[in-house]
Amino acid sequence: MNEQQLSITIKRLSHQVLENHINLENTVIIGIQPRGIFVSDQMVREISQLIAPAKVEYGKLDITFYRDDIRKELHVPNHTDIPFSIENKNVVLIDDVLYTGRTIRAALDALLAFGRPAKVELCILIDRRFSRQLPIQPDYVGKSIDSIISQKVKVFWKERDGKEEVVLM
Amino acid sequence: MDVSPARAYSHSTFLVQIQIQYSIFSLSSLLEMQLSTKHLLGIRDLTRRDIEIILDTALQFKQVLQRPVKKVPSLRDVTIVNLFYENSTRTRISFELAEKRLSADTINFTAAGSSAAKGETLLDTVNNILSMKVDMVVMRHSASGAPHFLAKHIPAAIINAGDGINEHPTQGLLDAFSMREKTGRLEGLKVAIIGDIMHSRVAMSNIQLLKKVGAEVMVAGPPTLIPKYIQQAFDIRVEYNVRKALEWCDVANVLRIQLERQNQVLFSSLREYNLAYGISKRLLDSLSKEIVIMHPGPINRGVELDSDVADSKQSIILQQVENGVAVRMAVLYLLSGGRELN
Repeated sequence: MNEQQLSITIKRLSHQVLENHINLENTVIIGIQPRGIFVSDQMVREISQLIAPAKVEYGKLDITFYRDDIRKELHVPNHTDIPFSIENKNVVLIDDVLYTGRTIRAALDALLAFGRPAKVELCILIDRRFSRQLPIQPDYVGKSIDSIISQKVKVFWKERDGKEEVVLM
Repeated sequence: MDVSPARAYSHSTFLVQIQIQYSIFSLSSLLEMQLSTKHLLGIRDLTRRDIEIILDTALQFKQVLQRPVKKVPSLRDVTIVNLFYENSTRTRISFELAEKRLSADTINFTAAGSSAAKGETLLDTVNNILSMKVDMVVMRHSASGAPHFLAKHIPAAIINAGDGINEHPTQGLLDAFSMREKTGRLEGLKVAIIGDIMHSRVAMSNIQLLKKVGAEVMVAGPPTLIPKYIQQAFDIRVEYNVRKALEWCDVANVLRIQLERQNQVLFSSLREYNLAYGISKRLLDSLSKEIVIMHPGPINRGVELDSDVADSKQSIILQQVENGVAVRMAVLYLLSGGRELN
């Protein structure tokens, strides 16, 4: 995916989320650290423009302490910043790549530490189909691809890598 | 639990402030996360990088402690024994809380009324406990080097919660964390450690840690309580006048004077110690800048610190206690992660 396609896809995802949650009523958006943040930042910017002057309730969630592979390797914990309650709210989780589904499982556990949401939906930029290790499926998909285990999907962002594109390597 | 607007606001501004400090170390955290040691026996075994990793991880754990559910499941497959041969309330509770917040199972062992009173050796006691599938040991002992002895003989990871007059590494780490939180830096920070340096494992850990991260260190107190060659040994300043020490420093870490020692001819009386070396509000207010006051606890009010100093807004003593749980969580998490236990 090149820069233009990436930008259009993110716009489309933002509109899809808004379509299901008119004016983002009773809905909060949570990006998953460390890489889902780049997607969610852009989507939140897009959605804010669409629902102005209303504000988007936007939080960032780090799932390092909820991972199930702690005995295999240690990961760098990042910031969690959820300055609102998610009790009885609709939560839209945003991440860049959905692969085995373990990150999302960890995110669901982490979310429960903040309250009991009314509903949790998943928004993913790239869905690697047929490689799930847990029964987790996205509600909003940017692009679905078929890939084998040895391949990697890399997403590059302007802020971090100087270019914006998605590659399959 | 609903987050009220006022609390949410202060919560997010707190995190905004921390973001700036965090970015100082963020580049280093992109690299390997593992600590260089298997145990935490002393600051002397840690590299500067280890210290940065621990402090940065503690920052995230402090955030966890602000949530409605203050638990994370990271250590739910770990059992930890708190082996305390010496009395302690504060440290043991802090470790126990840290362990429970990581979802670990905890066992407490205190020497009084245990097999130690019946004459069982340290090694026998520990091996017995370990054969019940305990994964980590947090140990406090009155003999310097006891945890090091244990580390040579048992396979579990050991955390030193204070050994004799050698070291108290988690206290050193939480002191550094608190200093960094309050002042925004450690490098170049001027820290004066005041009190009974000779018998203080807290001082030993503080001095070594602060030197490793590039802070400037001074020890101050009566000459009878400062080891003779400490200046050369650690390359630090020594001061016998507490006013001069306070004028020089940015942070004063005040140590407890052990009441038992007044019978050992090391200083004349507690009242005289307070007059010459205690910190009063008048002394604090007369300084040319506002310094930070710290104390590892428990405070002897009216001896090393007057009550109004301990309770003043310059004192971060209670924050130290709060940070202690986060720092110990970070240490337990980092020592248990990335490896199969037993």
